[in-house]
Amino acid sequence: MSLLNDTGMYVLLMRRVLVQPDRWKMFFRQFPKELEKLGLQSLPIVVIISVFIGAIMTIQTKLNSANPLLPNYTTGLVTRDTLLLEFSSTIMCLILAGKVGSNIASEIGTMRITEQIDALEIMGVNSANYLILPKIVAFVVMIPFLVIFSMGLGILGGYFVSIFTNVISTGDYITGIQYAFVPYYVFYSLVKSLIFAFVITSVASYYGYYARGGALDVGKASTNAVVNSSILVLFFNLLVTSLMLGK
Amino acid sequence: MIEVKNVDKSFEGNRVLKNVSAIFETGKTNMIIGQSGSGKTVLMKSIIGLHRIDKGRIEYDGRNLPDMKMSNIRILRREVGMLFQGSALFDSMSVLENVMYPLEMFSPSTKEEMIERAYFCLKHVNLEEKAFDLAPSEISGGMQKRVAIARAIALQPKYLFCDEPNSGLDPKTSLVIDQLIHEITHTFGITTIINSHDMNSVMEIGENIIFIENGENAWQGNKDDIFHVHNEALNNFVFASELYKQVKQANQ
Repeated sequence: MSLLNDTGMYVLLMRRVLVQPDRWKMFFRQFPKELEKLGLQSLPIVVIISVFIGAIMTIQTKLNSANPLLPNYTTGLVTRDTLLLEFSSTIMCLILAGKVGSNIASEIGTMRITEQIDALEIMGVNSANYLILPKIVAFVVMIPFLVIFSMGLGILGGYFVSIFTNVISTGDYITGIQYAFVPYYVFYSLVKSLIFAFVITSVASYYGYYARGGALDVGKASTNAVVNSSILVLFFNLLVTSLMLGK
Repeated sequence: MIEVKNVDKSFEGNRVLKNVSAIFETGKTNMIIGQSGSGKTVLMKSIIGLHRIDKGRIEYDGRNLPDMKMSNIRILRREVGMLFQGSALFDSMSVLENVMYPLEMFSPSTKEEMIERAYFCLKHVNLEEKAFDLAPSEISGGMQKRVAIARAIALQPKYLFCDEPNSGLDPKTSLVIDQLIHEITHTFGITTIINSHDMNSVMEIGENIIFIENGENAWQGNKDDIFHVHNEALNNFVFASELYKQVKQANQ
């Protein structure tokens, strides 16, 4: 019952969000701020996690594929495809669901409990559209760049392993990351990430917008936003993968 | 003028407003008073349209709010200013930007005209210019209230709502805010509705007082009438403190 209620309220909220802004000037004033806050400020975590995971993945793949029947370039190939297909889109979006989702839910939730949203409504402003639309658009615009950035940095992390350790030779690694490259995987990953970006921002906004009570409730809204957007990211991952890669 | 006629409002079977009727006059400070839980906040939120009423009419100069579509309610709300209990200033904006916000959203004026109007409003509430670029968190509670009043009058509203305007303020600052609201109401000819349980405010600026008890309009009058009323609930509420008991005795 609660799920049905939440779904209904989410759809009604999105009907108010996804309309033309009252004033485009105000939208374009908010939009760059959201690009910076949700996108650029996420860069450090994307850089750190991607480089380290790329490096770790290379070491683990090499250790688990120590078989004379497998060619030496296998490690590079597996690292690249794992990054392209799953890590840089899904896992990175799950991590960003924590950062971006909690940020959005707590910001909008605080505005709700301090009556700032009521103030907007009393002024005659479509508060849902004014507050949420720039966040959704900004994160959807930024996510492809973050994903491509993550792919490149993950591969770079593996390359560092080949340079600074004896786990794999640089030549084998480079051969691996170039071998049997399927550009469609990048396209698939970007499509997924766009959907995830919409899910993360809209679900977090929903929980923030309908927060009630005090500071404790904003915390709860933030937790619910992260948990539920993460579950939905996994659900849509399965759905999109079935549609785009399933035979 | 705002006219409330036979308004009923229930929450999950609990009837909070019971057939309430009242007239809020233009150019006067109209006050809704009553004990906590009496229904005065629900009445105010119903008048603004934040609560949808079950029955009755809420007429803004003849325009019945419950009959309006959301798009028309939004247009009507551009004629409304509101001072919230906690000021509700946008904490991501400076003081000046807060006052500029409704102008930028709805006014066709040029940027220079908007700045001029914002300066006029902020100066009208006696705010010093050095505070204009500060964030709301950097100014005192009394100053925040004044900024909120400046924002509320920026679009020259016909109706001004104030929810507990003195909450959290010291007596001296409360008096300043009361006098400011009173002055603005008279200067600009606004229909002002104040939700309060501060007896100092009632005695200071209560030109038309509506006493709500158990969701009903139990009494309506002005601050002078209040000393001669034989309504027990009202007397218990207004003259609860020893000070006001003495004031009443002195007036009789």
